[in-house]
Amino acid sequence: MGHGRPALTTPHSDRRPDGDRGERRVNDLGAGWRVALAAPPALAVALFTVWPLATLLVAVTHGSTLGRVWHLPRLGATLWFTTWQAALSTVVTMVIGIVPAYLVNRLHFRGRAAVRALVVVPFFLPTVVVAAAFLAVLPESWHGTPWAMIAAHAFLNVAVVVQVVGAMWAVIPTDLTGAARTLGAGPGRVAWHVLIPLLRPALASAATVVFLFSFTSFGAAKLLGGPAHPTLEVEIVRRATQLGDVAGAAVLSVLQLVALAATIAASAAVQRRTRVALRGDARPRPRRWRDPQPWIAAATGAAFAVPLVVLAGRSVHGASGWTGAGWTRWQDTGRRAGLGTPVDVGAALATSLRAAALAAALSVTLATLAALSIHLARRFGWLLDVGLALPLATSAVTIGLGMLITFDVAPVDWRATWWLIPVGHAMVATPFAVRALLGVLRSTPADLRAAAATLGATPRRALWEVEGRALRRPLVALAGLTATISLGEFGATTVLSRSGTETLPLAIGRLLGRAGDLPRLQAYALATVLGAVCATIVAVSGWASRPAPEGR
Amino acid sequence: MLQLAGVTVAFDGRPVLDGVDLDVAAGEIVALLGGSGSGKSTLLRVVAGLVEADAGRVTVGGQDVTALPTHRRRVGMVFQDDQLFPHLDVAGNIAFGLRMRGIPAAERGPRVAELLDLVGLAGLGRRRVGRLSGGEAKRVALARSMAPRPAVLLLDEPLTGLDRDLHDRLMSDLGRLLRAEGTTALLVTHDHDEAAAIADRVVQLGQLGGRAG
Repeated sequence: MGHGRPALTTPHSDRRPDGDRGERRVNDLGAGWRVALAAPPALAVALFTVWPLATLLVAVTHGSTLGRVWHLPRLGATLWFTTWQAALSTVVTMVIGIVPAYLVNRLHFRGRAAVRALVVVPFFLPTVVVAAAFLAVLPESWHGTPWAMIAAHAFLNVAVVVQVVGAMWAVIPTDLTGAARTLGAGPGRVAWHVLIPLLRPALASAATVVFLFSFTSFGAAKLLGGPAHPTLEVEIVRRATQLGDVAGAAVLSVLQLVALAATIAASAAVQRRTRVALRGDARPRPRRWRDPQPWIAAATGAAFAVPLVVLAGRSVHGASGWTGAGWTRWQDTGRRAGLGTPVDVGAALATSLRAAALAAALSVTLATLAALSIHLARRFGWLLDVGLALPLATSAVTIGLGMLITFDVAPVDWRATWWLIPVGHAMVATPFAVRALLGVLRSTPADLRAAAATLGATPRRALWEVEGRALRRPLVALAGLTATISLGEFGATTVLSRSGTETLPLAIGRLLGRAGDLPRLQAYALATVLGAVCATIVAVSGWASRPAPEGR
Repeated sequence: MLQLAGVTVAFDGRPVLDGVDLDVAAGEIVALLGGSGSGKSTLLRVVAGLVEADAGRVTVGGQDVTALPTHRRRVGMVFQDDQLFPHLDVAGNIAFGLRMRGIPAAERGPRVAELLDLVGLAGLGRRRVGRLSGGEAKRVALARSMAPRPAVLLLDEPLTGLDRDLHDRLMSDLGRLLRAEGTTALLVTHDHDEAAAIADRVVQLGQLGGRAG
């Protein structure tokens, strides 16, 4: 597992004592219970991730399909564009992210939490919302250019740098850099000889995640890059849904899998880290508002709010001045000739909410069972771990495509069912949830369960009292986060959607693609609503899962 | 070699050091005694320039360093929890200060070897610092701070946290090592015996204007 949003939770040290390894197993949960815990997530992974990906691979290697890859038009250009835009997005994101990473992790000032929230929340926003916001904020001349898309990638992913690099930065003791200074290192050399070497694994890990997200970008690429600049992911969807060339799409997505695997392998080689033990006070330094740093932090936070504020503003300000049309004239969507299927906002909203509810319930349940299984497993836990991580190493579009070609024959002809899309969302969201829960579980001391056992708790009861309690607050947050992933999911949904199952992001995407003032206003209005809902869920679940106050 | 005059520090309005005066002669080892919370660590940090004093002057080797940043003060410091650079090996840690002073690699090697020898760790230069015992790490920290021959060496509770045996052994070594290099040193501790065993002169921080601890 080389990347993914685990990322966004603070890395927990494995606090199990060394003696844990040789401990007697009689106090563990019985084998029957462990299998019962692992079965549902294992089945779900086998059915909805492994099988579709296997089908995809088989379809591609079948007959002469693989050879077609060399005859696809513009293949080289698409590959090259996808790669360089991802590389440039990564550089821009890292450069922009390093300053807030320092400010919100090393300094303490009033309003620090608000600045962090402003910078991190975009990561959880639907890509269509971010794309709409950048269309609203950037001048027309930027629309349909790689630059708009790269700016959006940076906006979305700065959170990765702030959280991943920041988590490492936050534990570097102040005295360690102090030691370098007493040895004659000025600020520049402290950074070069001490900070950067210590942060290197975190920098590499953050860069990998940002590169992978930018490489597999679909929403921002499609809506901002425009038809002239398709990424691999956009091209896969175009082949599958517009040209009806599912085989060609499958070939491309396998090609993409190879590229992603190579990136992850390269990054793992760079990151091979030796665990460094850092001791000493790393408390953030206090800064008052008469110092410059809080102002820089506030300006950074405000800059991150600009696209969203402008988005809301542009939803009520069209070509001919202020207007409420975008928010009120829903009956007009698509009534004019030649616009194709009308956008049914009410239905899209209902579809989205229903999908989010099912996806969140499903993925929280599966993730809890899976995390507990992996946590308690003796030998085969890694299998479940790897299987669940598969969607992280592929892309949402690939998952969707795999499901599309797998579930189209009886008895598994499920393409017309309403629940296939939410299930797809759950498979995309579950790996993130599992990573987060594993972090929580691994930071619960193993001896706590042993202590419960000596006090008379059965293995099941001990698990409930120790791990169960530790998971309670994080689960609330995860329910919210998986719901936002579902609400904003664009790639897999685009591939799987059929008429009557359009979600809000799809509706927004279609409206953004239309000419004229009204569809634009409506798209901005809907994006404002969707963005506000997702930001609220993230904020509330972050608040609900805040760690219980500790006694000092 | 080191003079403090009227050094005053307050944290959040709470006075920690109040007009501290202290003179340390060249080659002298002074132990500063004080209980926990008496501000003795803070005093060392003021000398090192890691904490800014609200008032007062710090002079090192006749030069007023009060306004100088840490890296230009020519003071060395042994931190309470060593603070070895985890990404460098033992030799890399000891050579760090020499590199910062622009000493060419050809001269760094012999100096590192000399210090490893001095602290009794000859041959351990390539070891990772994560694999050192507590006593070894302390010796490396000492060698690292002495390598660039600082005008003044500051030691913050250098023997705290070691087990009794090691503590006693290092205690007798420490004074010998510092004198072998002719180091001017200011050491803070809460342990009377330790102070008496290592230092030429023992000073109670309370008598200097620190808060009686």
